Amino acid sequence: MDILHWVAKYPDFFLFLALIVVGYAAGRVAEARHYRSIRRREKQLSSVMVFSNRFPPEPGARHTAALVSGSAVISQDYFKFAVAGLQTLFGGRLRSYEALLDRARREAVLRMKQDARNKAGNMIINVKFETYSIPGRQLGAVEILAYGTALIPLYASGGQG
Amino acid sequence: MLITNIEVIPGRKIVKHLGLVQGSTVRAKHVGKDILAGLKNIVGGELKSYTELLNESREQAVERMVKQAEAIGANAILNVRFSTSSITQGAAELFAYGTAVVLE
Repeated sequence: MDILHWVAKYPDFFLFLALIVVGYAAGRVAEARHYRSIRRREKQLSSVMVFSNRFPPEPGARHTAALVSGSAVISQDYFKFAVAGLQTLFGGRLRSYEALLDRARREAVLRMKQDARNKAGNMIINVKFETYSIPGRQLGAVEILAYGTALIPLYASGGQG
Repeated sequence: MLITNIEVIPGRKIVKHLGLVQGSTVRAKHVGKDILAGLKNIVGGELKSYTELLNESREQAVERMVKQAEAIGANAILNVRFSTSSITQGAAELFAYGTAVVLE
């Protein structure tokens, strides 16, 4: 009875509290599940090598090339958003946002690797990253794009060129 | 049409440089989907509708770039770059550019 009275009196505060609790619980579960999935797929795709070099590591080998890319939009949960908001008062390291960007970047790289594997590529060179924060999502959502050139051994692609 | 973001294709010679080609598209989000994404934003995680939107738009930008390259007689685009910028709240421009060349 008492609590209902307070909820009626300060609805904004209790909404904020509810969002924080929901955000914390759901966000934690979702993040743990996402990291498990990332680690599993990173193992599966470990045979596709990724380089940021502009030139292939074995210049003599015969390859054909194709542009591959992967991207992911990941958003921050409400709890972490609130915590990060407090942390910005003091400055320093915002661990919650680091995790967000780490997830987005690893997911983007995985999707790029999958794209390369679908095109029979065995390595990706000249990888570039692009980060774009989605406007209008006040809680923080970020898109990471990873793209590069997949090298496809000529015996795998039927030997044209 | 061969599209890559490296400057030379190993083992293939560039016969002719045709200069810069580009393609761009400006996209905004559907209001209904935007509200759903707003709800998803409370619990965090991937906003799939946004990922799809940006991927589709990027594909279209590449398509337009390819069309331009075909029009000037190129058979490959090298050194392709992407760039994304926000125009207003809820709208983004996706831009792709590269160098059109003729490979032998």
